[in-house]
Amino acid sequence: MNLLLSINGGQLSTEVEAGDTLLDALRGNGYTSVKDGCANGDCGTCAVLIDGRAVASCLVFAGQAEGHEITTIEGVTGADQAYHPLQQTMLDAGGVQCGYCIPAMILTAADLLERNPSPTRDHISSYLAGNLCRCTGYVKQIDAIEMAAAILRGDDDE
Amino acid sequence: MSEKFDVVGTSVHRVDGRALVTGKPVFVDDLPKRPGQLHIALLTSPHAHALIKSIDTTLAEQSPGVAIVLDHRNTPEKRYTTAGQGHPEPSPYDARMFDTKVRWVGDRVAAVAADSLEAARKAIDLIEVEYEILEPVLSIDEAVADNAPVIHDEEDSLDVWDAEHNIAAHVVANAGDIEKGFAESDITVDVTTETQYAQHAPLEPHVVSSYLDDNGRLVIVTSTQVPFHVRRIIGRLLDVPIHQIRVIKPRIGGGFGVKQEVLIEDLTALVTIRTGLPSQMIYTREEEFISSRTRHPMRIRVKLGAKADGTLHAVLMEVLSNTGAYGTHSLTVLSNVGSKTLPLYNKAPHLRFAGDAVYTNLPVGGAYRGYGATQGYFTLETAVDRLAGKLGVDPLEWRKQNHIREGEGSPIFAALGEGREGVEQTITSSALEECIRQGAERIGWTAKRGEKRQDGSWVHGVGMSIHMQGSGIPLIDMAAANIKMNDDGSFNLLVGATDLGTGSDTVLGQIAAEVLAVPLEKVVVLSSDTDVTPFDVGAYASSTTYVSGMATQRAAEAVRDQILEVASAMLGADATTLEIEDERVIAPDDRSVSLGDIAMRSFYNEDQHQIAATRSCVPDLSPPPFLASFCEVAVDTETGRIKVLDYVAAIDCGTAINPKLAEGQMEGAVANGIGYALFEEIIFDDLGRPKTPDFARYKIPGPLDLPHLETILVESYEPTGPMGAKSISEIGINAPIPTIANAVYDATGVWLTETPFTPEKVWKALQGD
Repeated sequence: MNLLLSINGGQLSTEVEAGDTLLDALRGNGYTSVKDGCANGDCGTCAVLIDGRAVASCLVFAGQAEGHEITTIEGVTGADQAYHPLQQTMLDAGGVQCGYCIPAMILTAADLLERNPSPTRDHISSYLAGNLCRCTGYVKQIDAIEMAAAILRGDDDE
Repeated sequence: MSEKFDVVGTSVHRVDGRALVTGKPVFVDDLPKRPGQLHIALLTSPHAHALIKSIDTTLAEQSPGVAIVLDHRNTPEKRYTTAGQGHPEPSPYDARMFDTKVRWVGDRVAAVAADSLEAARKAIDLIEVEYEILEPVLSIDEAVADNAPVIHDEEDSLDVWDAEHNIAAHVVANAGDIEKGFAESDITVDVTTETQYAQHAPLEPHVVSSYLDDNGRLVIVTSTQVPFHVRRIIGRLLDVPIHQIRVIKPRIGGGFGVKQEVLIEDLTALVTIRTGLPSQMIYTREEEFISSRTRHPMRIRVKLGAKADGTLHAVLMEVLSNTGAYGTHSLTVLSNVGSKTLPLYNKAPHLRFAGDAVYTNLPVGGAYRGYGATQGYFTLETAVDRLAGKLGVDPLEWRKQNHIREGEGSPIFAALGEGREGVEQTITSSALEECIRQGAERIGWTAKRGEKRQDGSWVHGVGMSIHMQGSGIPLIDMAAANIKMNDDGSFNLLVGATDLGTGSDTVLGQIAAEVLAVPLEKVVVLSSDTDVTPFDVGAYASSTTYVSGMATQRAAEAVRDQILEVASAMLGADATTLEIEDERVIAPDDRSVSLGDIAMRSFYNEDQHQIAATRSCVPDLSPPPFLASFCEVAVDTETGRIKVLDYVAAIDCGTAINPKLAEGQMEGAVANGIGYALFEEIIFDDLGRPKTPDFARYKIPGPLDLPHLETILVESYEPTGPMGAKSISEIGINAPIPTIANAVYDATGVWLTETPFTPEKVWKALQGD
């Protein structure tokens, strides 16, 4: 069946099978930043924003996403490939190792900072509980989210 | 002691950072698909031990979209090992692509390649297999029992130690006289520990694609730690000449040792050779847990003998390692249990190490970060705490009295290597004492150790342990680097070294940039394409920073010399008087030429030639990084639950080439080690079927499961390393088990001897069971 998906501010018309997940539809259309780490809703590497909320795209049928605004990391990266503060601070803090979990982690953090501009480290840990990373101990990723929160709050403006 | 550097020692962004944070298609499955690409699905054994009596693939072959079905009847019969090690691999040749016998639940039976994954999976369901079920061997004890079923009864396997008794590998090393040593000791302790099956669980599972290039050469794009070993092993297995194979490693989504295995490249390669079509295979998460590789579970006994003054006098270590259905890395992991641990306490003149790796009908052991040292340090470092307790001394003070120091050696270095005799060496750098001092201060050792602290049913304790590992495999590992200069004074650094997410491309780029006195962005790093980059054994054994780093430094120095020679002619000054600074070569009288002008002259004007050099490194030492690890735990005496409240790792890795990347290596290793200590475990039913094939049932640590991990980089300068560096990737994973166990003892007075330390086990131990 044909679906019209709103992705990163644009419209995508795509053919899907009834059982296809949003993950299938996104990867099949070149949104390969959305990773397929377990296809079971456990690892979090497939997270995207649906209407601003981080959701595991492997647990959503493609059809269910119609009529909602989907954001992937490509939609977070600015024009001219300018970094979102979270992308900048992930690199500044050393939060990126293999990078496989990073797009989903950044999207989840963006969702968190949207609803809580000043999260504590415990808040951040709780919000990232569904985003597994095997390379790091999460320390630097949490550092990065704190740093990005400060930038987004304008703390750096003096 | 340490030199002043400009690029080295700074936490510059990773060279692949932009691609990773913007989600560019850099992993194998993200790359553009080739037209006609086939997808491969696997049929695996439901039985732990069985003979395949018959297999009927007729319906599968006729199923829509199916291109080819592979099983033992139409694939090469030669024995090989999937262990991605140097030539000749020190692992038995006991496996076939597809065998007539299956040896664990998850062993290969058949594979289907079809035009879609769905079509391939449908065809898999149409394959009819008749098995003759054999009695399975499901534990170390069953493997070594009298009249145990023989798992490898085939005639054509090579280098199995004693197939009839299910022993894949056997190691013995002696120094002094162990019996005499214990007879002369005033105090002894004798400890036996058990460790469990665990899986690496990289977020990106194994994934490979293959195709034929325009000239009909086989191209394998694979998420591997060992591209050159893949090329060699696949070439031999499939009878394809090396020059007809190209292996490309793009970005990798984590490896931790499980991708030091030539696990599924053979399937895509053979499908592509037979059909002429591109093909791809991705392990599902379930296959990654069941049909991939694991950490060898072990039973280890350590007996220590000491003099009344505390001096260690005799050490016995006996190991039984479960290598599972095949002997991949069985010999070398077994050796490493002793070779990476026993030199740490070098005061004992009497040592004995003995071990067997036994076959069982359970998942296959492989390389896993720590590589045997993880299991060995559990036993050794908890035995040390028990010995200190018997001596009535602070375990921290006992360690300071007995650990190896700079300028000292150990008889174990020469007696025990990786699957063969080792290499004599003395420690050329160590800041271990300073690591112990800083770690103890940070955790509050003096105030907290031995103090009863209780909070309701929760009791608190602190523990510590110390560790060494290595930097590559001496006189075995080889790495090469090539650097060439471009028109604008930039450089291409080509390395066979394999960045699997560690940041080694960045670290090697920093070393080259430092020597050539240019910013990192002027060094364009390309790693691991067998057609393009020079050889490297790959990313394992904590080798890349030290071994590949030294090859890079040497190549950069050779290029620098060539640059100075050209500059000497341009400036009319002796080359030995010239210096490179800020991308210019400067003469003593301050006249200078830019690197770009030098490159342009050598390309287009005079004495035209390519400024470039290739250099290799085969280290004759393996300088160990040193670690002092501390933690504070709370133990709930009502439920047996352990909470790690605080964790400090003070590490000496020589110069930290990129401090944040070095810290990241330590934090990730400690996190994985805490998971292994507390909850990660593959659990089997009584037929040997894994019950934990997903992240819901095989839990890996999330952010809520970990305390704040603090890494203290304690600098030393390793004189044989690139810019004073040693490697750091593995050591951290060895520490959490003994550190936590020692802290639990401090809190409760109870010794834990079996991982993972689940609430149930801890509670039973608290009840005196």
